[in-house]
Amino acid sequence: MEIRRITTPLGDDVIEALKAGEKILISGYIYTARDAAHKRFIDTLNEGNKLPFDIKNQVIYYCGPSPAPPGKVIGACGPTTSSRMDLYAPKLLSLGLKGMIGKGKRSQSVKDAITQYRAIYFGATGGAGALLSKSVVSSEIIAYEELGPEAVRKLGVKDMPLFVINDIYGNDLYETGMLKYKK
Amino acid sequence: MREVHVGNIISAIEALFIDANINASNNIVEALNEGIGKEESSVGKEVLRELIRNIDIAKEEHIPICQDTGLAVTFLEIGQDVHIHGGSLIDAVNEGVRRAYKNGYLRKSCCDPFSRKNTGDNTPAIIHTSIVPGDRIKIIALPKGGGSENYGEVRMLVPSQGREGVKSFVLEMVKKGGPNPCPPIIVGVGIGGNFETSALLSKEALMVPIGRRNENPSIAELELEILNNINRTGIGPQGYGGTVTALDVHVKIMPCHIASLPVAVNIQCHAHRIKEVTI
Repeated sequence: MEIRRITTPLGDDVIEALKAGEKILISGYIYTARDAAHKRFIDTLNEGNKLPFDIKNQVIYYCGPSPAPPGKVIGACGPTTSSRMDLYAPKLLSLGLKGMIGKGKRSQSVKDAITQYRAIYFGATGGAGALLSKSVVSSEIIAYEELGPEAVRKLGVKDMPLFVINDIYGNDLYETGMLKYKK
Repeated sequence: MREVHVGNIISAIEALFIDANINASNNIVEALNEGIGKEESSVGKEVLRELIRNIDIAKEEHIPICQDTGLAVTFLEIGQDVHIHGGSLIDAVNEGVRRAYKNGYLRKSCCDPFSRKNTGDNTPAIIHTSIVPGDRIKIIALPKGGGSENYGEVRMLVPSQGREGVKSFVLEMVKKGGPNPCPPIIVGVGIGGNFETSALLSKEALMVPIGRRNENPSIAELELEILNNINRTGIGPQGYGGTVTALDVHVKIMPCHIASLPVAVNIQCHAHRIKEVTI
């Protein structure tokens, strides 16, 4: 299998090249945020305030890691189910978010926003938290520390393995993959 | 009457939950390896290889297999000739869980249903007790993640729906979950009893080793029929498409009311963590 390497922040050329179904390795910085952090993002925007980081061309990872044991950068850090963030994602995509990493299906409104705002939805292998932790080279809490595992972390990643699920051309690996093997 | 001090229970629970979350059992590793051989999709095979690599890394690095180290589901089979002393049994289980999740660097995933405020120590544990003959205490730790648990359901079928009704209910739940509960999944099905016992049976069904069939040939056949149906959905590993959607299906049954056919489906992800000890 041919594996493409990409780096954050994501430019248009990269976004245009990615196709649903391909495995990629991502490097650079990504930001963790899950249920509680997303709710705060939207509340913050509704109050007319700025998000804790500039999300333009950035990638959010739906992840709440386990605590880092002594001497380690992070604990297990696989993805959580993305659909719980569906309510919030279109707003963030409209502000320039270019990538979301998670697991599981997205709603039609998120898929529409992905094509409209030209972004990518990546799948990280759910339950492979130990494997994914090997790609994380740095971790720093940048907001909402009181949320514990749900705090926003800036992760430095090197060659994190992901699959492209939804691309800007409207393809959805969950739909095409399932149809191909349905008997 | 055999005497068991709660201190022994606390330390057993602590050790079990750390071990279960970090060290996968051979049973699941063998099932994933077999899955690579059965899987027709190259992407699906790649996912299964990642899952085996993940298990190896967790062991080597001594970190959890999955960051969702679950609610601490604990089954206690308590011999009727045991006397527990030194404190409350329930407090002991919770203290063991508290220590495991702190000292094992496991994620605390327990919160208030509405405020969503984390309880901070992964307690209260989910505790199921049963009284059995003998003077031993068997403890089973089954840390259970939220992603897969969210796709379970109890349904009171009409008796006339019978086996076919059960089969289509299970298939409906698996399709509804699709990629979300982290396939390849293990499916526990509880049939009979009443509303709450069907749910408990479905959880107990998950504790049966992968590959072991129900002793009742007719139920064993039902398990295989459901497994076959699930693996024809095309969902595949992680939902990326493929032929290994479930590693196994276990069914547990018991008699029910003449008016009812209670059925519960409990889904487990591939990060199937279970460890037991007898003290």
